[in-house]
Amino acid sequence: MSLGPAEVAKIAHLARLAIREQDAPAYARNLSAILDLVAQMNAVDTTGVAPMAHPLDMAQRPRADEVTEANQREHFQAIAPRVEAGLYLVPKVIE
Amino acid sequence: MMEWETVIGLEIHAQLATQSKIFSGASTAYGAEPNTQACAIDLGMPGVLPVLNREAARMAVIFGLAIGADVARRSVFARKNYFYPDLPKGYQISQYELPVVQKGQLTIDLEDGSSKVIGITRAHLEEDAGKSLHEDFHELSGIDLNRAGTPLLEIVSEPDLRSAKEAVAYMKKLHQMVVYLGICDGNMQEGSFRCDANVSVRRTGDPKFGTRAEIKNLNSFRFVERAIEFEIERQIDLIEAGGKVVQETRLYDPDQGETRSMRGKEEANDYRYFPDPDLLPLVLDDEFIAAARASLPELPDVKKQRFVEQYGLSSYDAGVLTASRELGDYYEATVAALGGEPKLCANWVMGDLAAFLNKENRDIAQSPVGAAQLAGLLRRIQDQTISGKIAKEVFEALWAGEGDADAIIEKRGLKQITDTSAIEKVIDAVIAANPEQLAQYRAGKDKLFGFFVGQVMKLSKGKANPQQVNDLLAEKLKG
Amino acid sequence: MNLPSPTAMHDQTIARLGAGLAAGEFSSEELTRVFLARIEQFNPGLNAFITVTAESALAQARAADERRRRGEAGPLTGVPIAHKDIFCTDGVRTSCGSRMLDRFIAPYNATVVENLAAAGVVMLGKTNMDEFAMGSSNETSFYGPVRNPWDLDAVPGGSSGGSAAAVAARLTPGATGTDTGGSIRQPAALCGITGIKPTYGRVSRWGMIAYASSLDQGGPMARTAEDCALLLGAMAGFDRRDSTCVDRPVPDYVALLDRPLHGLKIGLPREYFGEGLDGEVARVVEAAITEYRKLGAEMVEISLPNSQLAIPAYYVIAPAECSSNLARFDGVRYGHRCENPKDLLDLYTRSRAEGFGAEVTRRILVGTFVLSAGYYDAYYLKAQQIRRLISDDFRRAFDQVDVIAGPTSPTVAFNLGEKVDDPITMYLSDIYTIAVNLAGLPGLSLPVGFVGQRPVGLQLIGNYFAEDQLLNVAHRYQQVTDWHQRSPVAFA
Repeated sequence: MSLGPAEVAKIAHLARLAIREQDAPAYARNLSAILDLVAQMNAVDTTGVAPMAHPLDMAQRPRADEVTEANQREHFQAIAPRVEAGLYLVPKVIE
Repeated sequence: MMEWETVIGLEIHAQLATQSKIFSGASTAYGAEPNTQACAIDLGMPGVLPVLNREAARMAVIFGLAIGADVARRSVFARKNYFYPDLPKGYQISQYELPVVQKGQLTIDLEDGSSKVIGITRAHLEEDAGKSLHEDFHELSGIDLNRAGTPLLEIVSEPDLRSAKEAVAYMKKLHQMVVYLGICDGNMQEGSFRCDANVSVRRTGDPKFGTRAEIKNLNSFRFVERAIEFEIERQIDLIEAGGKVVQETRLYDPDQGETRSMRGKEEANDYRYFPDPDLLPLVLDDEFIAAARASLPELPDVKKQRFVEQYGLSSYDAGVLTASRELGDYYEATVAALGGEPKLCANWVMGDLAAFLNKENRDIAQSPVGAAQLAGLLRRIQDQTISGKIAKEVFEALWAGEGDADAIIEKRGLKQITDTSAIEKVIDAVIAANPEQLAQYRAGKDKLFGFFVGQVMKLSKGKANPQQVNDLLAEKLKG
Repeated sequence: MNLPSPTAMHDQTIARLGAGLAAGEFSSEELTRVFLARIEQFNPGLNAFITVTAESALAQARAADERRRRGEAGPLTGVPIAHKDIFCTDGVRTSCGSRMLDRFIAPYNATVVENLAAAGVVMLGKTNMDEFAMGSSNETSFYGPVRNPWDLDAVPGGSSGGSAAAVAARLTPGATGTDTGGSIRQPAALCGITGIKPTYGRVSRWGMIAYASSLDQGGPMARTAEDCALLLGAMAGFDRRDSTCVDRPVPDYVALLDRPLHGLKIGLPREYFGEGLDGEVARVVEAAITEYRKLGAEMVEISLPNSQLAIPAYYVIAPAECSSNLARFDGVRYGHRCENPKDLLDLYTRSRAEGFGAEVTRRILVGTFVLSAGYYDAYYLKAQQIRRLISDDFRRAFDQVDVIAGPTSPTVAFNLGEKVDDPITMYLSDIYTIAVNLAGLPGLSLPVGFVGQRPVGLQLIGNYFAEDQLLNVAHRYQQVTDWHQRSPVAFA
């Protein structure tokens, strides 16, 4: 699988990463090389093999429906880049 | 003119009525100060992990059982990846390939009295996002994450609905159901029950569906109807003018009464779903499902049918009285307290009580007149202590909190006069005071009988037993 | 037991420091000052620490001494350690080796941090690491590379390179690490120390900044298996805040260290001794195996036929999970935010591009690609199926043998800068460790010799929750060898 700079730009947009135009060819090369490495998987027939999403065969252990968290807004917002009136501020969201 | 058929499927998001969020211990209470109910998990702090709220799972199962669906013994949480400021982790935890509820159905009643079965493809658990606020911040939006992580049940219907009216009937039925089940407060103003509609049109007889548009922001029954109707017309006009419907998301603008394309937000969504590695599969055993089943309340349709059979009510009355669980309970408590007279009880609950509730915009749970109090009043109608007319006065006093019916009747001296001699005395006085009318009556003007009844009732301050008045008056007027 | 003299405190194991504290030979405050002084002296040359918390360390040390006076001390009370900068520490910068979190003061503690604090350890500071734990050489850190104390031209391994170098250079007697594809074992090997990656779910991941959630696991790094046993005993345990954490009692690892190895069956996977393994490393590993024979263990040749697929599968699964895990770094609630974003898209793309380095960017891009529409089945689903095959290989192997042994890394530490521009070559240095994470098994690396002046590690792989056995097997070896006691001359 070989990716070009245009494909890298598309993926970068999905991942919300600004990639400078001059860096795109290098990323394209690296990504293509990684995908070539990964393509070794195709050497094995995996028909009928159940995908493994978790290392342990366990089930979810739900918790009781209890309110355990108190308001810590000031604490959490002390590390926020930009807040006002208790709200996180971002450039205008257009809907 | 070409005949068109409309095809509609609804996606409804019902907020589950848990105390805490689906994956965190923060409160779900509505209306708190911004970000005061957003804990480290809801904020997507580095290193935090989700733990599923058992109650949310239980509520989903209850819903599944209520719509006769398959409840999945094993369902999987997945991540839906996209960037948006109200989505703190950059992904929404949802269920994708294996939802907890699969293949159910709901029967809706149509205006012509027939009913129709609507398929429910799936219902899955997911977390809600926060809110973006656009006012007050010049060129900026403010993000409140209190709602982030609130449990949602997304209920997806089959494309079985054929008109805006059907869509509304389905939505109302579903609303009634989730509220009945106690899994959702149904408060549409607060966004507890929201709807997106997939709408397409096709030429009648065409086996293929047309291209659909998804309409968002439908947070009232009225908006659903209007938005769908607008959208149907837009699509038909477009096709008839030689255009093509494009698959897109459209936003309903209630002020303009129209749907608008949301192209800006839509650009090539690729949600990259994959199983959430932080959450193991949700495995439900027989015991869990049996317990959920045991906690199922009587469902609205079953209750309605029972009211018809048990109380001899009309289908309409039974429908009204089972519109909510609380109303049905109130009605049954009234009947039980009175020890019968289901028709009288129905008339009062649907009549005076409903009118007073409406006037003050209260629901049944907030009625100042309890079922036992109402039964106390009805008992006095039943035993003829008071007339139906006087009962209305007593009811007002009950509503105003003046004590129970007997005390009010006593205090205000409203007890019906059933003593024949006392009624005769009143009649005699009325006849004596109206010689002219008496003469006309006796000359054949029968209509004046009503005049005499009125006068007698007036003089007795409404307390004379109307039947006795009728009988005695007829006798006396004969002369 | 020989109690250490105060001048050599830094050269002692945690077990012996604990004994010295218990015997009143020295206080935790004195001990802490020794290590803080060493950090001050040597860290500038090594760059093993990102943050040194001298003041709070001394306060914690005094509290530990007080606790001891009250008679409430345990074996770790007053022992200084360092935390990999991936663990959230309340009120202390938690950078994860990234510019993205350069000014991130964590608002809460990781469970590992809490558990160790409850045991009374003193935190000296936060150790350097590859950015977001993505790397095998510690060269992807925003704070610059860490140097290997055995050879300052060499890398310490990664991603827990700061922890490994700090322990090897005696700047701390022990440290925490995390291991997603070898990030505890490979730096332990390259720095000549002992480190164990527990079974997935043995140690809580709460507060451990996620790289690849289904692979990440925290564990201890120290000089000896005994020290690792002490630390793991305090770190491990059920945590209701981590759904993937296992509710299972934590054995007394220290009490189980001395079991004899007679009759122990050690599996030697032929795939781990073939092409790609440096000949001199192979010779050192074989010598260690000979030592195990002397201890009574029986060697069984086994096969893990899908070994060569571990790296391909890992470089789908780990990037996929990381692309999603790192989406939260968007410049809105914490972390780096670009100057004057012109719109929302600009805020996202620039904050993230500025905040993440090249390797993290690469992995996010790969992960985004393999999950994207049209590629999911061919990449992600396929990798999950391969993961199953690899896991099944181990299951079959553990029907035959008790533990599996082999080299931790195919080579000794390579030179700084040698592989930094060639991601693929870099990835191959984790060839023997990655499969263990895919299967979720425990793995341990212990020092078994040198090639030149650079250490060689032996990897022991155990069955699920057999940490006690791995520590036991490593400990018995350390009873009859002294590789773990060697210290780099420059840091003696």
